[in-house]
Amino acid sequence: MNKGVIQLHYEISADDFQAAGEASSNVKKKLKQLGVSVDAVKRVSIAMYEAEMNVVIHGNGGSMDVEIDKEKIKLVFQDQGPGIPDVELAMQEGYSTAPDRIRELGFGAGMGLPNIKRNSDRFEIETKVGEGTKLTIEVNM
Amino acid sequence: MKLSDIVKILDGEMLCHDVDEDPEISSACGSDLMSDVMAFVKNGSMLLTGLVNPQVIRTAEMMDIRLIVFVRGKKPDSSVLDMAIQKSVTVVCTKHSMFVACGLLYKNGLTEGGNHT
Repeated sequence: MNKGVIQLHYEISADDFQAAGEASSNVKKKLKQLGVSVDAVKRVSIAMYEAEMNVVIHGNGGSMDVEIDKEKIKLVFQDQGPGIPDVELAMQEGYSTAPDRIRELGFGAGMGLPNIKRNSDRFEIETKVGEGTKLTIEVNM
Repeated sequence: MKLSDIVKILDGEMLCHDVDEDPEISSACGSDLMSDVMAFVKNGSMLLTGLVNPQVIRTAEMMDIRLIVFVRGKKPDSSVLDMAIQKSVTVVCTKHSMFVACGLLYKNGLTEGGNHT
């Protein structure tokens, strides 16, 4: 580990709605302990939780890697899901491919990716149909 | 508005809370869409919802929402309440519908929690 950089790794299970959000909860706690500003904690929390839910709902599970340094918080989500055929369409507010059982949980309203982007200073999606999606987010301190 | 006033106005039942605290609530958000809650909620807000799953508690935790009111008499199961206790989120249940519960709070001076940008 580099000096002054904190690295965390979490595995995210597919379709486990009891545990969904636990990784985000842990990272939020860590950021508060480190004295990160309230505004940055809130932006990271929203982006991170939405992204974690995407991995649970759409990604067949995956992982989250977190890197915290003096300037920023970097989050990388990697899943083994079906990939996103049309990223531009997926970014539109209100567009969702989530099934009804997900909507019943209060998600799948087509706000996830726009919410993540709105709260990020860097937002990058790499996706390949049939292979999975990698989402990189950065939030400046 | 104090938590104790909200419970009184909604004729609510406190399902879990920290007895030493009576936090001040400055705004409210009524929604069953957790992504909308994350998109629009302001600081110091409470959440009224008809959903009783763990994601409601998670969303509250992420948004620093300290009070959740479950409408239409819905009660979560014990695992959800345990999570609320663990995350220091107060949970109240009211028999009123979402529409009536929001109306009663609004009439008594609690305004919207949305941040419409």
